Amino acid sequence: MTGPSRTSEVLEITTTAGVVQARQQVRVLAQQCRLSLVDQTKLITAASELARNTLVHGGGGTMTALLVEERARRGVRLSFADHGPGIADVDLALTDGWTSGTGMGLGLSGSKRLVDDFVLDTTPGEGTTVTITKWGR
Amino acid sequence: MADKHVSERLIALLSGRGEDLGAEWAEKVTGSLGGRVARAEVERELREIYAALVAALSDGSVDGYDEAFGEVRALLTELSRNRALQGFTPTETAVSVFALKQVLEPSLVGEDSDADAYLRFAALLDTLGLFTIEVYSRTREELIAAQAEQLLELSTPVVKLWEGVIGVPLVGTLDSARTMVVMEKMLQALIDTGSEQAIIDITGVPTVDTEVAQHLLKTVVAARLMGAECTISGIRPQIAQTIVALGIDFGDIVTKSTLADALRHALRRSGTTVSRTAPQAGAR
Ligand SMILES: Nc1ncnc2c1ncn2[C@@H]1O[C@H](COP(=O)(O)OP(=O)(O)OP(=O)(O)O)[C@@H](O)[C@H]1O
Ligand SMILES: [Mg+2]
Repeated sequence: MTGPSRTSEVLEITTTAGVVQARQQVRVLAQQCRLSLVDQTKLITAASELARNTLVHGGGGTMTALLVEERARRGVRLSFADHGPGIADVDLALTDGWTSGTGMGLGLSGSKRLVDDFVLDTTPGEGTTVTITKWGR
Repeated sequence: MADKHVSERLIALLSGRGEDLGAEWAEKVTGSLGGRVARAEVERELREIYAALVAALSDGSVDGYDEAFGEVRALLTELSRNRALQGFTPTETAVSVFALKQVLEPSLVGEDSDADAYLRFAALLDTLGLFTIEVYSRTREELIAAQAEQLLELSTPVVKLWEGVIGVPLVGTLDSARTMVVMEKMLQALIDTGSEQAIIDITGVPTVDTEVAQHLLKTVVAARLMGAECTISGIRPQIAQTIVALGIDFGDIVTKSTLADALRHALRRSGTTVSRTAPQAGAR
Protein backbone atom coordinates (compact mmCIF):
# COMPACT_ATOMS: atom_id res chain seq x y z
CA MET A 1 0.00 0.00 0.00
CA THR A 2 0.93 3.56 -0.55
CA GLY A 3 2.23 5.39 2.47
CA PRO A 4 1.02 8.74 3.67
CA SER A 5 1.19 11.56 1.18
CA ARG A 6 3.49 14.47 1.85
CA THR A 7 1.81 17.11 -0.25
CA SER A 8 -1.55 17.22 -1.90
CA GLU A 9 -2.58 20.06 -4.12
CA VAL A 10 -5.68 20.45 -6.23
CA LEU A 11 -5.44 22.61 -9.32
CA GLU A 12 -8.41 23.73 -11.39
CA ILE A 13 -7.94 23.23 -15.12
CA THR A 14 -10.56 25.37 -16.82
CA THR A 15 -8.42 27.43 -19.23
CA THR A 16 -5.13 26.94 -21.08
CA ALA A 17 -3.49 28.88 -18.24
CA GLY A 18 -4.44 25.89 -16.06
CA VAL A 19 -2.43 23.60 -18.32
CA VAL A 20 0.60 25.88 -17.98
CA GLN A 21 0.16 25.92 -14.19
CA ALA A 22 -0.11 22.13 -14.14
CA ARG A 23 3.26 21.84 -15.88
CA GLN A 24 4.83 24.29 -13.44
CA GLN A 25 3.45 22.49 -10.36
CA VAL A 26 4.59 19.12 -11.65
CA ARG A 27 8.06 20.49 -12.36
CA VAL A 28 8.40 21.60 -8.73
CA LEU A 29 7.21 18.22 -7.41
CA ALA A 30 9.44 16.29 -9.80
CA GLN A 31 12.44 18.24 -8.57
CA GLN A 32 11.45 17.75 -4.91
CA CYS A 33 11.26 14.05 -5.61
CA ARG A 34 14.75 14.19 -7.17
CA LEU A 35 13.70 12.60 -10.43
CA SER A 36 16.41 12.54 -13.09
CA LEU A 37 16.23 15.23 -15.76
CA VAL A 38 14.88 12.76 -18.30
CA ASP A 39 12.21 11.49 -15.88
CA GLN A 40 11.25 15.05 -14.94
CA THR A 41 10.79 15.94 -18.59
CA LYS A 42 8.77 12.80 -19.27
CA LEU A 43 6.46 13.39 -16.31
CA ILE A 44 5.94 17.08 -17.13
CA THR A 45 5.15 16.18 -20.73
CA ALA A 46 2.65 13.48 -19.68
CA ALA A 47 1.03 15.99 -17.30
CA SER A 48 0.79 18.51 -20.11
CA GLU A 49 -0.99 15.97 -22.34
CA LEU A 50 -3.43 14.81 -19.68
CA ALA A 51 -4.16 18.33 -18.47
CA ARG A 52 -4.99 19.36 -22.02
CA ASN A 53 -7.22 16.32 -22.50
CA THR A 54 -9.03 17.26 -19.28
CA LEU A 55 -9.57 20.75 -20.68
CA VAL A 56 -10.30 19.97 -24.33
CA HIS A 57 -12.14 16.63 -24.18
CA GLY A 58 -13.37 16.67 -20.58
CA GLY A 59 -14.59 20.26 -20.67
CA GLY A 60 -12.36 21.21 -17.72
CA GLY A 61 -11.58 19.52 -14.43
CA THR A 62 -8.85 19.22 -11.82
CA MET A 63 -5.35 17.90 -11.28
CA THR A 64 -4.53 16.50 -7.87
CA ALA A 65 -0.81 16.19 -7.27
CA LEU A 66 1.01 14.47 -4.45
CA LEU A 67 4.32 13.00 -3.45
CA VAL A 68 3.99 9.34 -2.53
CA GLU A 69 6.27 6.95 -0.69
CA GLU A 70 6.22 3.18 -0.68
CA ARG A 71 8.84 0.59 0.17
CA ALA A 72 11.59 3.17 0.46
CA ARG A 73 10.93 4.71 -2.92
CA ARG A 74 9.46 8.09 -3.63
CA GLY A 75 7.35 9.18 -6.51
CA VAL A 76 4.99 11.78 -7.89
CA ARG A 77 1.35 10.85 -8.40
CA LEU A 78 -0.97 12.94 -10.50
CA SER A 79 -4.68 12.49 -10.94
CA PHE A 80 -6.60 14.26 -13.70
CA ALA A 81 -10.37 14.23 -13.24
CA ASP A 82 -13.25 15.64 -15.23
CA HIS A 83 -17.03 15.24 -15.46
CA GLY A 84 -17.00 15.30 -19.24
CA PRO A 85 -18.46 12.83 -21.76
CA GLY A 86 -16.14 9.97 -20.79
CA ILE A 87 -14.51 7.62 -23.27
CA ALA A 88 -16.76 5.03 -24.93
CA ASP A 89 -14.02 2.91 -26.49
CA VAL A 90 -10.91 2.91 -24.29
CA ASP A 91 -8.87 0.65 -26.59
CA LEU A 92 -9.53 2.93 -29.52
CA ALA A 93 -8.66 6.06 -27.51
CA LEU A 94 -5.37 4.40 -26.50
CA THR A 95 -4.49 3.60 -30.11
CA ASP A 96 -1.55 5.65 -31.39
CA GLY A 97 -2.76 8.22 -33.86
CA TRP A 98 -6.46 7.95 -33.09
CA THR A 99 -8.13 11.24 -32.35
CA SER A 100 -11.75 12.36 -32.22
CA GLY A 101 -10.61 15.89 -32.98
CA THR A 102 -7.74 17.46 -34.84
CA GLY A 103 -4.87 16.42 -32.55
CA MET A 104 -2.13 13.89 -33.26
CA GLY A 105 -3.90 11.24 -31.24
CA LEU A 106 -0.75 10.54 -29.23
CA GLY A 107 -1.47 12.30 -25.94
CA LEU A 108 -3.17 9.44 -24.10
CA SER A 109 -1.18 6.51 -25.49
CA GLY A 110 2.05 8.50 -25.37
CA SER A 111 1.69 9.61 -21.78
CA LYS A 112 1.11 5.98 -20.79
CA ARG A 113 4.58 5.21 -22.18
CA LEU A 114 6.12 8.20 -20.37
CA VAL A 115 5.21 7.08 -16.83
CA ASP A 116 5.53 3.99 -14.60
CA ASP A 117 1.89 3.53 -13.59
CA PHE A 118 -1.10 4.55 -15.65
CA VAL A 119 -4.71 3.97 -14.58
CA LEU A 120 -7.57 5.10 -16.79
CA ASP A 121 -11.00 5.15 -15.20
CA THR A 122 -13.85 6.37 -17.36
CA THR A 123 -17.60 6.05 -17.60
CA PRO A 124 -19.45 7.33 -20.65
CA GLY A 125 -21.68 10.20 -19.65
CA GLU A 126 -20.03 10.61 -16.27
CA GLY A 127 -16.41 11.53 -16.75
CA THR A 128 -12.82 10.45 -16.85
CA THR A 129 -10.03 10.12 -14.30
CA VAL A 130 -6.48 9.32 -15.31
CA THR A 131 -3.97 8.63 -12.54
CA ILE A 132 -0.28 8.39 -13.28
CA THR A 133 2.79 7.80 -11.12
CA LYS A 134 6.48 8.25 -11.83
CA TRP A 135 8.88 6.68 -9.34
CA GLY A 136 12.33 7.94 -8.46
CA ARG A 137 15.20 5.54 -8.85
CA MET B 1 -45.19 47.90 -1.48
CA ALA B 2 -42.16 47.51 0.76
CA ASP B 3 -39.63 48.48 -1.91
CA LYS B 4 -41.61 51.60 -2.69
CA HIS B 5 -41.65 52.63 0.95
CA VAL B 6 -37.94 52.01 1.38
CA SER B 7 -36.96 53.89 -1.73
CA GLU B 8 -39.16 56.85 -0.84
CA ARG B 9 -37.58 57.04 2.55
CA LEU B 10 -34.11 56.91 1.05
CA ILE B 11 -34.87 59.61 -1.49
CA ALA B 12 -36.13 61.86 1.28
CA LEU B 13 -32.94 61.25 3.20
CA LEU B 14 -30.60 61.65 0.25
CA SER B 15 -32.19 64.81 -1.07
CA GLY B 16 -32.86 66.25 2.40
CA ARG B 17 -29.19 66.27 3.27
CA GLY B 18 -28.14 66.93 -0.34
CA GLU B 19 -25.21 69.32 -0.13
CA ASP B 20 -23.43 68.37 3.07
CA LEU B 21 -23.96 64.69 2.43
CA GLY B 22 -22.26 65.01 -0.95
CA ALA B 23 -19.42 66.98 0.61
CA GLU B 24 -18.89 64.41 3.35
CA TRP B 25 -18.93 61.59 0.82
CA ALA B 26 -16.37 63.31 -1.43
CA GLU B 27 -14.25 64.07 1.65
CA LYS B 28 -14.08 60.40 2.67
CA VAL B 29 -13.31 59.17 -0.83
CA THR B 30 -10.66 61.80 -1.59
CA GLY B 31 -8.97 61.10 1.74
CA SER B 32 -8.74 57.38 1.10
CA LEU B 33 -7.17 57.96 -2.30
CA GLY B 34 -4.26 59.84 -0.75
CA GLY B 35 -4.63 62.84 -3.03
CA ARG B 36 -3.93 60.82 -6.16
CA VAL B 37 -7.24 61.93 -7.65
CA ALA B 38 -8.15 65.62 -7.49
CA ARG B 39 -10.96 66.57 -5.14
CA ALA B 40 -12.84 68.28 -7.99
CA GLU B 41 -12.63 65.10 -10.06
CA VAL B 42 -13.94 62.96 -7.21
CA GLU B 43 -16.78 65.40 -6.64
CA ARG B 44 -17.75 65.32 -10.29
CA GLU B 45 -17.78 61.50 -10.33
CA LEU B 46 -19.78 61.26 -7.14
CA ARG B 47 -22.27 63.96 -8.13
CA GLU B 48 -23.13 61.98 -11.26
CA ILE B 49 -23.45 58.72 -9.34
CA TYR B 50 -25.54 60.45 -6.69
CA ALA B 51 -27.96 61.88 -9.26
CA ALA B 52 -28.29 58.51 -10.99
CA LEU B 53 -28.84 56.78 -7.65
CA VAL B 54 -31.66 59.12 -6.69
CA ALA B 55 -33.22 58.71 -10.13
CA ALA B 56 -33.08 54.92 -9.84
CA LEU B 57 -34.64 55.00 -6.37
CA SER B 58 -37.41 57.24 -7.74
CA ASP B 59 -38.31 54.34 -10.01
CA GLY B 60 -39.18 52.46 -6.82
CA SER B 61 -36.35 49.92 -6.99
CA VAL B 62 -33.73 48.94 -4.41
CA ASP B 63 -32.18 46.11 -6.41
CA GLY B 64 -28.77 47.06 -7.79
CA TYR B 65 -29.07 44.63 -10.71
CA ASP B 66 -32.43 46.09 -11.71
CA GLU B 67 -32.88 47.88 -15.02
CA ALA B 68 -33.51 51.11 -13.09
CA PHE B 69 -29.89 51.06 -11.93
CA GLY B 70 -28.47 50.80 -15.46
CA GLU B 71 -27.16 54.36 -15.38
CA VAL B 72 -25.63 53.87 -11.92
CA ARG B 73 -23.86 50.74 -13.11
CA ALA B 74 -22.59 52.49 -16.25
CA LEU B 75 -21.08 55.28 -14.14
CA LEU B 76 -19.56 52.79 -11.70
CA THR B 77 -18.12 50.83 -14.62
CA GLU B 78 -16.39 53.95 -15.88
CA LEU B 79 -15.07 54.81 -12.42
CA SER B 80 -13.88 51.27 -11.83
CA ARG B 81 -12.11 51.00 -15.16
CA ASN B 82 -10.31 54.29 -14.61
CA ARG B 83 -9.17 53.30 -11.14
CA ALA B 84 -7.97 49.89 -12.36
CA LEU B 85 -6.03 51.43 -15.27
CA GLN B 86 -4.47 54.03 -12.96
CA GLY B 87 -3.19 51.27 -10.67
CA PHE B 88 -5.48 51.79 -7.66
CA THR B 89 -6.27 48.80 -5.46
CA PRO B 90 -9.71 47.12 -5.39
CA THR B 91 -10.30 48.67 -1.95
CA GLU B 92 -9.48 52.14 -3.21
CA THR B 93 -11.95 51.54 -6.01
CA ALA B 94 -14.86 50.15 -4.01
CA VAL B 95 -14.50 52.84 -1.36
CA SER B 96 -16.41 55.20 -3.64
CA VAL B 97 -19.51 53.11 -2.99
CA PHE B 98 -18.93 51.93 0.55
CA ALA B 99 -18.10 55.44 1.82
CA LEU B 100 -21.68 56.46 1.05
CA LYS B 101 -22.86 53.74 3.41
CA GLN B 102 -20.68 55.16 6.18
CA VAL B 103 -21.88 58.68 5.53
CA LEU B 104 -25.55 57.68 5.61
CA GLU B 105 -25.27 55.33 8.55
CA PRO B 106 -25.76 57.96 11.28
CA SER B 107 -28.97 59.27 9.69
CA LEU B 108 -30.41 55.82 9.12
CA VAL B 109 -29.80 54.43 12.59
CA GLY B 110 -30.71 57.72 14.31
CA GLU B 111 -33.62 58.37 16.65
CA ASP B 112 -36.50 57.52 14.30
CA SER B 113 -34.49 54.53 13.10
CA ASP B 114 -35.85 52.48 10.28
CA ALA B 115 -34.09 49.13 10.36
CA ASP B 116 -35.78 47.90 7.21
CA ALA B 117 -34.73 50.92 5.17
CA TYR B 118 -31.19 50.70 6.49
CA LEU B 119 -30.81 47.01 5.75
CA ARG B 120 -32.21 47.39 2.26
CA PHE B 121 -29.97 50.31 1.53
CA ALA B 122 -26.93 48.50 2.93
CA ALA B 123 -27.73 45.51 0.72
CA LEU B 124 -28.08 47.79 -2.31
CA LEU B 125 -24.71 49.42 -1.70
CA ASP B 126 -23.10 46.01 -1.11
CA THR B 127 -24.37 44.88 -4.48
CA LEU B 128 -23.05 48.01 -6.17
CA GLY B 129 -19.75 47.74 -4.32
CA LEU B 130 -19.27 44.16 -5.45
CA PHE B 131 -20.17 45.24 -8.95
CA THR B 132 -17.33 47.79 -8.96
CA ILE B 133 -14.89 45.14 -7.79
CA GLU B 134 -16.06 42.80 -10.52
CA VAL B 135 -15.49 45.45 -13.19
CA TYR B 136 -12.17 46.26 -11.59
CA SER B 137 -10.86 42.70 -11.83
CA ARG B 138 -12.21 42.29 -15.36
CA THR B 139 -10.29 45.41 -16.39
CA ARG B 140 -7.11 44.12 -14.77
CA GLU B 141 -7.51 40.82 -16.59
CA GLU B 142 -7.84 42.63 -19.90
CA LEU B 143 -4.73 44.58 -19.05
CA ILE B 144 -2.78 41.42 -18.31
CA ALA B 145 -3.98 39.80 -21.53
CA ALA B 146 -2.86 42.85 -23.50
CA GLN B 147 0.53 42.74 -21.84
CA ALA B 148 0.87 39.04 -22.58
CA GLU B 149 0.21 39.82 -26.21
CA GLN B 150 2.91 42.47 -26.24
CA LEU B 151 5.31 40.01 -24.66
CA LEU B 152 4.45 37.55 -27.39
CA GLU B 153 5.67 40.01 -29.99
CA LEU B 154 8.76 40.88 -28.02
CA SER B 155 9.86 37.34 -27.37
CA THR B 156 9.79 36.25 -30.99
CA PRO B 157 12.79 37.71 -32.74
CA VAL B 158 13.77 36.45 -36.16
CA VAL B 159 17.42 36.97 -37.01
CA LYS B 160 19.49 36.68 -40.16
CA LEU B 161 22.25 34.15 -39.47
CA TRP B 162 23.94 34.12 -42.84
CA GLU B 163 23.26 35.09 -46.40
CA GLY B 164 20.15 33.06 -47.22
CA VAL B 165 19.68 31.65 -43.70
CA ILE B 166 17.41 33.00 -40.96
CA GLY B 167 17.17 31.85 -37.35
CA VAL B 168 14.02 31.65 -35.24
CA PRO B 169 14.94 31.13 -31.57
CA LEU B 170 11.92 30.01 -29.57
CA VAL B 171 11.71 30.61 -25.83
CA GLY B 172 8.84 29.38 -23.69
CA THR B 173 5.87 27.41 -24.92
CA LEU B 174 4.34 27.24 -28.36
CA ASP B 175 0.58 27.58 -28.21
CA SER B 176 -1.60 28.48 -31.17
CA ALA B 177 -1.44 32.25 -30.59
CA ARG B 178 2.33 32.11 -30.35
CA THR B 179 2.60 29.89 -33.42
CA MET B 180 0.66 32.41 -35.47
CA VAL B 181 3.08 35.18 -34.52
CA VAL B 182 6.15 33.02 -35.10
CA MET B 183 4.90 31.81 -38.45
CA GLU B 184 4.02 35.30 -39.65
CA LYS B 185 7.36 36.74 -38.59
CA MET B 186 9.32 33.87 -40.08
CA LEU B 187 7.55 33.99 -43.44
CA GLN B 188 8.00 37.76 -43.61
CA ALA B 189 11.70 37.44 -42.78
CA LEU B 190 12.14 34.78 -45.50
CA ILE B 191 10.73 37.25 -48.02
CA ASP B 192 12.56 40.31 -46.68
CA THR B 193 15.96 38.63 -46.62
CA GLY B 194 15.42 36.51 -49.71
CA SER B 195 16.31 33.44 -47.65
CA GLU B 196 15.50 29.85 -48.48
CA GLN B 197 16.70 28.30 -45.23
CA ALA B 198 15.18 28.74 -41.77
CA ILE B 199 16.46 27.29 -38.52
CA ILE B 200 13.96 26.98 -35.70
CA ASP B 201 15.86 26.64 -32.45
CA ILE B 202 13.95 25.12 -29.53
CA THR B 203 16.70 25.20 -26.89
CA GLY B 204 14.49 27.55 -24.86
CA VAL B 205 11.34 25.44 -25.10
CA PRO B 206 11.04 23.47 -21.83
CA THR B 207 8.40 20.96 -22.91
CA VAL B 208 7.73 19.47 -26.32
CA ASP B 209 4.35 17.76 -26.19
CA THR B 210 1.94 16.88 -29.00
CA GLU B 211 0.61 20.43 -29.14
CA VAL B 212 4.05 22.02 -29.51
CA ALA B 213 5.07 19.34 -32.03
CA GLN B 214 1.95 19.91 -34.08
CA HIS B 215 2.60 23.64 -34.16
CA LEU B 216 6.24 23.09 -35.14
CA LEU B 217 5.13 20.85 -37.98
CA LYS B 218 2.63 23.45 -39.18
CA THR B 219 5.33 26.12 -39.21
CA VAL B 220 7.64 23.90 -41.26
CA VAL B 221 4.88 23.15 -43.75
CA ALA B 222 4.14 26.87 -44.13
CA ALA B 223 7.82 27.57 -44.89
CA ARG B 224 7.87 24.75 -47.44
CA LEU B 225 4.88 26.22 -49.21
CA MET B 226 7.02 29.29 -49.77
CA GLY B 227 9.86 27.23 -51.17
CA ALA B 228 11.97 27.39 -48.01
CA GLU B 229 13.44 24.56 -45.97
CA CYS B 230 13.39 24.34 -42.17
CA THR B 231 15.81 22.70 -39.79
CA ILE B 232 14.88 22.25 -36.14
CA SER B 233 17.76 22.64 -33.71
CA GLY B 234 18.30 22.68 -29.98
CA ILE B 235 16.81 19.27 -29.27
CA ARG B 236 18.29 18.35 -25.89
CA PRO B 237 18.74 14.66 -24.94
CA GLN B 238 15.83 14.59 -22.48
CA ILE B 239 13.55 16.19 -25.07
CA ALA B 240 14.65 13.69 -27.72
CA GLN B 241 13.87 10.75 -25.41
CA THR B 242 10.49 12.20 -24.52
CA ILE B 243 9.55 12.82 -28.15
CA VAL B 244 10.43 9.23 -29.03
CA ALA B 245 8.43 7.80 -26.10
CA LEU B 246 5.42 9.94 -26.99
CA GLY B 247 5.59 8.55 -30.51
CA ILE B 248 5.94 11.85 -32.34
CA ASP B 249 7.36 11.49 -35.83
CA PHE B 250 9.02 14.52 -37.39
CA GLY B 251 9.05 12.73 -40.75
CA ASP B 252 11.64 14.05 -43.17
CA ILE B 253 12.27 17.24 -41.21
CA VAL B 254 15.95 17.57 -40.38
CA THR B 255 16.63 17.93 -36.66
CA LYS B 256 19.96 18.82 -35.06
CA SER B 257 21.08 18.98 -31.47
CA THR B 258 22.85 22.32 -31.73
CA LEU B 259 22.32 25.55 -33.62
CA ALA B 260 25.87 25.27 -35.00
CA ASP B 261 25.11 21.85 -36.52
CA ALA B 262 21.91 23.22 -38.02
CA LEU B 263 23.71 26.22 -39.50
CA ARG B 264 26.34 23.99 -41.08
CA HIS B 265 23.58 21.85 -42.53
CA ALA B 266 21.60 24.83 -43.84
CA LEU B 267 24.68 26.34 -45.45
CA ARG B 268 25.54 23.08 -47.16
CA ARG B 269 21.99 22.85 -48.48
CA SER B 270 22.18 26.38 -49.83
CA GLY B 271 25.47 25.62 -51.54
CA THR B 272 27.82 27.46 -49.21
CA THR B 273 30.78 25.60 -47.80
CA VAL B 274 32.58 26.64 -44.69
CA SER B 275 36.04 25.28 -44.16
CA ARG B 276 38.68 25.66 -41.55
CA THR B 277 41.95 27.15 -42.71
CA ALA B 278 45.23 27.46 -40.91
CA PRO B 279 45.10 30.50 -38.63
CA GLN B 280 46.65 33.49 -40.32
CA ALA B 281 49.80 34.91 -38.85
CA GLY B 282 49.11 37.84 -36.61
CA ALA B 283 45.34 37.15 -36.42
CA ARG B 284 45.14 36.69 -32.70
N1 LIG C 1 -10.62 13.35 -20.57
C1 LIG C 1 -11.19 12.88 -21.68
N2 LIG C 1 -12.54 12.90 -21.82
C2 LIG C 1 -13.12 12.46 -22.96
N3 LIG C 1 -12.46 11.95 -24.00
C3 LIG C 1 -11.12 11.89 -23.94
C4 LIG C 1 -10.41 12.35 -22.78
N4 LIG C 1 -9.10 12.15 -23.00
C5 LIG C 1 -8.98 11.63 -24.22
N5 LIG C 1 -10.18 11.46 -24.80
C6 LIG C 1 -10.46 10.87 -26.12
O1 LIG C 1 -9.36 10.09 -26.51
C7 LIG C 1 -8.85 10.53 -27.75
C8 LIG C 1 -7.36 10.32 -27.80
O2 LIG C 1 -6.72 11.20 -26.86
P1 LIG C 1 -5.26 11.70 -27.19
O3 LIG C 1 -4.83 12.62 -26.11
O4 LIG C 1 -4.40 10.52 -27.44
O5 LIG C 1 -5.43 12.48 -28.57
P2 LIG C 1 -5.95 13.96 -28.85
O6 LIG C 1 -6.14 14.68 -27.57
O7 LIG C 1 -7.11 13.88 -29.75
O8 LIG C 1 -4.72 14.60 -29.63
P3 LIG C 1 -3.27 14.97 -29.05
O9 LIG C 1 -2.31 14.06 -29.71
O10 LIG C 1 -3.04 16.38 -29.42
O11 LIG C 1 -3.31 14.75 -27.58
C9 LIG C 1 -9.27 11.96 -27.87
O12 LIG C 1 -9.35 12.39 -29.22
C10 LIG C 1 -10.64 11.93 -27.17
O13 LIG C 1 -11.64 11.50 -28.05
MG1 LIG D 1 -4.66 14.85 -26.13
